[in-house]
Amino acid sequence: MQAKKTLASRLLLNAFIIALGLGMLYPILWLIGASFKPSNMIFTDAGIWPKVFTAQNYREGWKGIGIVGFDTFFKNSFIICLLSAFANAVFCSLTAYAFARLKFVGKKFWFAVMMVTLMLPSHVTTIPRYIMFRNFGWINTFLPIIIPKFFATDAFFIFLLVQFIRGLPRDIDESALIDGCSKFGIYTRIILPLTVPALITTLLFSFLWTWDDFFNQLLYLTSPNRYTVPMGLRLFLDSSGMSSWGPMFAMSVLSLIPAFTLFFSLQKYFVRGIATTGIKG
Amino acid sequence: MLDLHRKKIWKENLGSYAFLIPWLVGFLGLTLYPMLYSLYLSFTKFNIRTPPEWIGLRNYLVMFVGTDSLPKDERFLNSVMVTVKFVFISVPLKLVFALAVAMLMNKKLKLIGLYRALYYIPTLLGGSVAIAVLWRRLFAGDGLLNMILGSVFGMQNLPAWISNPKYSLYTLILLAVWQFGSPMIIFLAGLQQIPREYYEASSVDGAGRVRQFFAITLPSLSPIIFFNFVMQMISAFQSFTQAFIVSGGSGGPLDSTMFYSLYLYIKGFGFSEMGYAAAMAWVLLIIIAGLTALSFKVSGNLVSYGSGE
Repeated sequence: MQAKKTLASRLLLNAFIIALGLGMLYPILWLIGASFKPSNMIFTDAGIWPKVFTAQNYREGWKGIGIVGFDTFFKNSFIICLLSAFANAVFCSLTAYAFARLKFVGKKFWFAVMMVTLMLPSHVTTIPRYIMFRNFGWINTFLPIIIPKFFATDAFFIFLLVQFIRGLPRDIDESALIDGCSKFGIYTRIILPLTVPALITTLLFSFLWTWDDFFNQLLYLTSPNRYTVPMGLRLFLDSSGMSSWGPMFAMSVLSLIPAFTLFFSLQKYFVRGIATTGIKG
Repeated sequence: MLDLHRKKIWKENLGSYAFLIPWLVGFLGLTLYPMLYSLYLSFTKFNIRTPPEWIGLRNYLVMFVGTDSLPKDERFLNSVMVTVKFVFISVPLKLVFALAVAMLMNKKLKLIGLYRALYYIPTLLGGSVAIAVLWRRLFAGDGLLNMILGSVFGMQNLPAWISNPKYSLYTLILLAVWQFGSPMIIFLAGLQQIPREYYEASSVDGAGRVRQFFAITLPSLSPIIFFNFVMQMISAFQSFTQAFIVSGGSGGPLDSTMFYSLYLYIKGFGFSEMGYAAAMAWVLLIIIAGLTALSFKVSGNLVSYGSGE
């Protein structure tokens, strides 16, 4: 009797979770379905499954606007995101190693400064940075978006890596130091290999946040051949009427694929990133 | 001897600072200097083409009270109101929802890993331009919501949610609440830390589920609730992309979705009033710092960090 009751309540609980989840994901599922529907059926059909299947929206959308297609937008987004992720992983881990392991005068002070920058709204630096990069002749290049990452400006990742490195046993690098290994040697040969899980989290979040960093792309990229995927979508939205919602939806679906793929292949690294600090989203 | 010792300390320090150099240069050149420069700009009139012209407190006066020759900037005050409303409706709702789902996700079920992943998807994708574009279509006059309300529930004369100033902000609040995944995961980690014995002991004493929630779960989670609240508040104050895309970059209809960041962008880069935008950035910094400090102060009475610590 007791077992029956728990089985029933278990099924009910599962059904409830699935129903709520589907309700929540309905807009996204509808978007995916709509991207395969012929244009005239998108806004008459609230169902997910297309009654008539077509890939026309994808063919048309991929061509983009004017002479610039989504192949260019995707290429630009990938260049910016890969370089940013790489730079964050290298330079944030270098900084994190210093804060977590090395001794130097003023360490507490600089660490406190770093933590303050973590909470700082980016707006207070936006305008002077824009003026500075404009003077460098960097407008309409990828540099204003990428270069700051070479200077470890994303304090979130420093904090994440410091937390991780502090958790590693100290005796390994202390014995390496006694054996005459240099600080840089300890960093590359001992700390980096042991920090791989946190580095993957860093790469992952850097990539995704840069992908969605619409504000900076809007500010610095001014001509369509430099546009990223989000900018391409926006261009689409502004320059087309009702007729091109199909292609618009198709390209929106494509733009979500990288995040989706990374999430499902590297799920456990996500949890670490979110659990360390819940800053974004 | 002493000299040698000093030399060694010097060397040790230099060696360590070498690792810090990229960050230090970045901090000084890309954070500290821009901050100070924007503070200076906030006291000037500056359109980027001609040199900044010192005008004292005028930018700040225009924001809040106006001057003899210039009226008060009503659009600024409106953007503050819109943002405050957005933050203080969306953040509490999001946290309540996140906690409720986290408790659901704390059950022992076979598929729980899959469920947790599915419930995180809105957060994973919600910040993108693609979802903002979708949102615009969902809540349009002839959008998905009205299609469903019309065909399934037979409702008629439904408003165009996005283009009606009465409802437009609520579509953005809904979009923010929908992305409850990060606080959910943090709550889940917190729930898993609460010792089982607490619940077992209280069951023996005859406490029901509701009683347990208020007597055990909520107090144990209070530091995490507070952490989530502050973090979500800080990031909600800076929301930009969703309002920009949903309103087509205008903050409309009738400035009803004119978020603070959006107005700052429009002032600085649309009207080239960079001094004014810099002043707005500093006011935002002060608002956020003030509210964070206030939260810490209030939380002193509400948050319990356990008796052992």
